[in-house]
Amino acid sequence: MARRITIDPITRLEGHGKIEIFLDDKGDVSKAYFQVPELRGFEKFSEGRMAEEMARITPKICGVCPTAHHMASGKALDDLYKVEPPPAAKKIRELINSAFMAEDHTLHFFFLGGPDFIVGPQAPAADRNILGVIQKVGLDAAKQVIGIRKKLRNVITKQGGRVIHPVCNLPGGVSKGVTKEDRQEYIQTGRDAVEFAKFTLKAFEDIVLKNKEYVDVIVGDIYKHETYYMGLVDKSNKVNFYDGDIRVVDPEGKEFVKFKAQEYLDHIEERVEPWSYIKFPYLKAVGWKGFVDGKDSGVYRVAPLARLNVSDGMATPLAQAEYEKMYDVLGGKPAHNTLAYHWARLIELLYAAERLLELAQDEEILDPDVRNIPTAIPDEGIGVVEAPRGTLYHHYKTDEKGIITEVNLIVATLNNSAAMCMSIERAAKALIKGGKVSDGLLNMVEMAFRAYDPCLACATHSLPGQMPLEVNIRNPEGDVTKTLRRE
Amino acid sequence: MKEPTIVGFLCNWCSYEGADRAGDARLEYPANIRTVRVMCSGRVEPEFVLHAFREGASGVLILGCHPGDCHYKMGNYKARRRISLLKKTLEQLGIEPERVRLDWVAAGEGERFAKVANEMADTIKGLGPLELS
Amino acid sequence: MAKPKVAFYWCASCGGCEEAVVDLAEDLLKVVDAVDIVLWPVALDFKRKDVEAMKDGAIAVSFINGAVRTEEQEEMVKLLRKKSGLVVAFGSCAHIGGIPGLANFWDRETIFERVYKDVPSVRNPEGIYPQQKTKVDGVELTLPEFYDTVYTLDQVINVDYYLPGCAPPPDLIMNAVTAILEGKLPDKGSVLAPDKSLCDTCPRKDSKPEKLSIKAIRRPHEVIADPEKCFLEEGIICLGPATRSGCGERCINANMPCRGCFGPTKGVRDQGAKMVSAIASILGVEDEDKVTEEEVESLVKQIDDPAGLFYMYSLPASMLRRKRMG
Ligand code: SF4
Ligand code: SF4
Ligand code: SF4
Ligand code: FES
Repeated sequence: MARRITIDPITRLEGHGKIEIFLDDKGDVSKAYFQVPELRGFEKFSEGRMAEEMARITPKICGVCPTAHHMASGKALDDLYKVEPPPAAKKIRELINSAFMAEDHTLHFFFLGGPDFIVGPQAPAADRNILGVIQKVGLDAAKQVIGIRKKLRNVITKQGGRVIHPVCNLPGGVSKGVTKEDRQEYIQTGRDAVEFAKFTLKAFEDIVLKNKEYVDVIVGDIYKHETYYMGLVDKSNKVNFYDGDIRVVDPEGKEFVKFKAQEYLDHIEERVEPWSYIKFPYLKAVGWKGFVDGKDSGVYRVAPLARLNVSDGMATPLAQAEYEKMYDVLGGKPAHNTLAYHWARLIELLYAAERLLELAQDEEILDPDVRNIPTAIPDEGIGVVEAPRGTLYHHYKTDEKGIITEVNLIVATLNNSAAMCMSIERAAKALIKGGKVSDGLLNMVEMAFRAYDPCLACATHSLPGQMPLEVNIRNPEGDVTKTLRRE
Repeated sequence: MKEPTIVGFLCNWCSYEGADRAGDARLEYPANIRTVRVMCSGRVEPEFVLHAFREGASGVLILGCHPGDCHYKMGNYKARRRISLLKKTLEQLGIEPERVRLDWVAAGEGERFAKVANEMADTIKGLGPLELS
Repeated sequence: MAKPKVAFYWCASCGGCEEAVVDLAEDLLKVVDAVDIVLWPVALDFKRKDVEAMKDGAIAVSFINGAVRTEEQEEMVKLLRKKSGLVVAFGSCAHIGGIPGLANFWDRETIFERVYKDVPSVRNPEGIYPQQKTKVDGVELTLPEFYDTVYTLDQVINVDYYLPGCAPPPDLIMNAVTAILEGKLPDKGSVLAPDKSLCDTCPRKDSKPEKLSIKAIRRPHEVIADPEKCFLEEGIICLGPATRSGCGERCINANMPCRGCFGPTKGVRDQGAKMVSAIASILGVEDEDKVTEEEVESLVKQIDDPAGLFYMYSLPASMLRRKRMG
């Protein structure tokens, strides 16, 4: 008797993400589908636009990570015009990006994914939200969260014009330098952010790491996938969000390949499935073997844990210490535990804060020379950055006037699309046996899903950190026989 | 088949008179041109042209005084730049630029009016009706 | 007295408008205190049937962001319209179509072809496209229909007020909420921002000469823009003349020209056409009587992608609404 379970994050009507689980004749899970019912078609409608406008158009792909698109676009435009931004411009971009990474990771940890841990994976759903977090860490801490996000977002507003959809990047640099007064403010923000990140890691340690039950969940089998990992690294293979080469490690942690942004097409391919508007990228050299783990499957993962897995460490001292500690506890590199994404995210928060401070303190950031005017005839450009949710590729071709003729985008969350399906399936398999659906299913599936912080699903933009879920269990005729609902 | 409609914006000081002249002289010009009197070709906002299209026109003809003769001195020069830029914009939106025509007809040029109007009618006939979604 | 019921809803949106609400920070708590939020899919659990069960008009005000481009979105906003006293189109996408409205240069078929077949990273030898219905393991999976055209909210339902911007700035959001709570709203159909052009409030307006004349058009990356000078004076196209004020001149402050996210002022029905007019009235004005037809053409030729630029945010709201295909 084949049954179908639908988990629809919002309603059947709306929906930027939907989960379908299929049961086999024995009532065990045969397959899980993570569907994305949304498409906007930036790859097409960017054609005909002036290339430099791409930095203003593409952020609208996602209002949660517009800064990452703005950066990837800026770099693709530099490459398009073969123009190198002046040193100060690069630093300003990285400063903005660091502030963004820090505020976005904060948002995720406290408002979205973190409640699973801070409040506890077994806690009643009604408490697993920001209010529950406040109870656990105290109101002062909650105020700190709001306060630091405001300061960090202010850095983006000042340099980028708007925090939601910044506008400062142009081929060859940025439109605006840093003033002395603003720099003082940024230094203070950097300091505050470092303190805040330390505080957050401490809270994570006290609440999560000191609790054996939580640690067991993290290292347990349900949330584990042996996949390839991908992320940007600097020259000494340290994590870098803004610049570097793309490094891929295999499930044993050995370097599989390291390539330049411009070579991405040699290494990544995407698969189309008729049941989702999202595409599924995989490593070309390994090939698509379906939604499965292991060395023979081209599925790879991106975002915080992946970035740490592909790197040899962090470029800043405090983050490096935390990096070492994490791998100690998890038993070495690479860590395959999906829930460790939360931990990795906090280590990145600390790195972003430290990096923000470093850049703000750098005298050169005050240099008014922030743009080089391009002189080359444009043709093709590729730009890559690390967005909070993974490696982000922008690829443009233009005519000789710099009018877009072709665009290709591989958006951060997309890289994880196959792995997300797998994680959901794994959790479902563990919890649905012989047709019996455990009430814990919602919890577990939700957690598997949220660890990736997928920004395409509205559910993860959720303010109280609660993904509304409904699971419909259907008999072969498609009638609903049982409904599980998270109130 | 019904002829596709053309809206003609005619300058009060010249082409409007020109059209009258054509009428008086019983010169033949197409019946599907709806004329709108404006004070100057420079008063024809690009919005008017779009409005005409939205309301079902398949072509828009704008007629003003010959260069140098504009009652307001520079109105027709402005019209020239506007319509040129508008046509470029329309073309990108899938509207054939020939559907908009700016030309000069003086008050005494009844024949010229008839000629321009007939040409425009032929052009639009050739292009067929403009169907907007 | 019962608190007014408020709904937030999103259609084809990027999530930025939701972030804008979160950016109210402490003010958000005040709002949450004063109203009863009955629907906010990103934040609260709700089901369509909960909304259906409400009496018509039971929701005092619905804030809807994002443009409309699927059947489901259309149904949902129609339902909300029925249940709400007021509907506010929130953000550029709902107001005038927004950046995703640039998709109106194409249609579903051309977009699918590019995204699922032609982009260089896709390997799709069988030419598979996402389907509204797919049979897998003998069961059907469904996806919502993707329309050919992106619609503004008021092309689908009646809209009472508009909050412009991509995304709307916090002060305007708070003003709107306060006005609603205090019942001090302007006429129906109003845009809840000053009815002035951006040029009127721009810090650079003083450098904009009364009679501006430019010969050379420059793209933003081709010059280092003087942070004191009007962009137009430097030949850089700025949508200020055709755009409503109220954003706090955000892009200008970052030394970048306006791209029109606030939509036009009240008297203007078509932002792009207004921009055609504005540029035409300053381009090549000097010695205009000596300029030949050919020279006019070549002046105009300098402007690349005028439709994409002048309608960057407002193509769905334009009088033409979309590109005529085929
Ligand atoms: S108006 Fe801007 S911020 Fe709001 S949904 Fe549209 S693109 Fe996103
Ligand atoms: S055109 Fe732009 S820069 Fe100039 S005054 Fe207007 S808004 Fe300001
Ligand atoms: S300057 Fe223009 S594009 Fe920028 S925020 Fe203001 S209205 Fe929008
Ligand atoms: S008065 Fe006839 S064109 Fe100006």
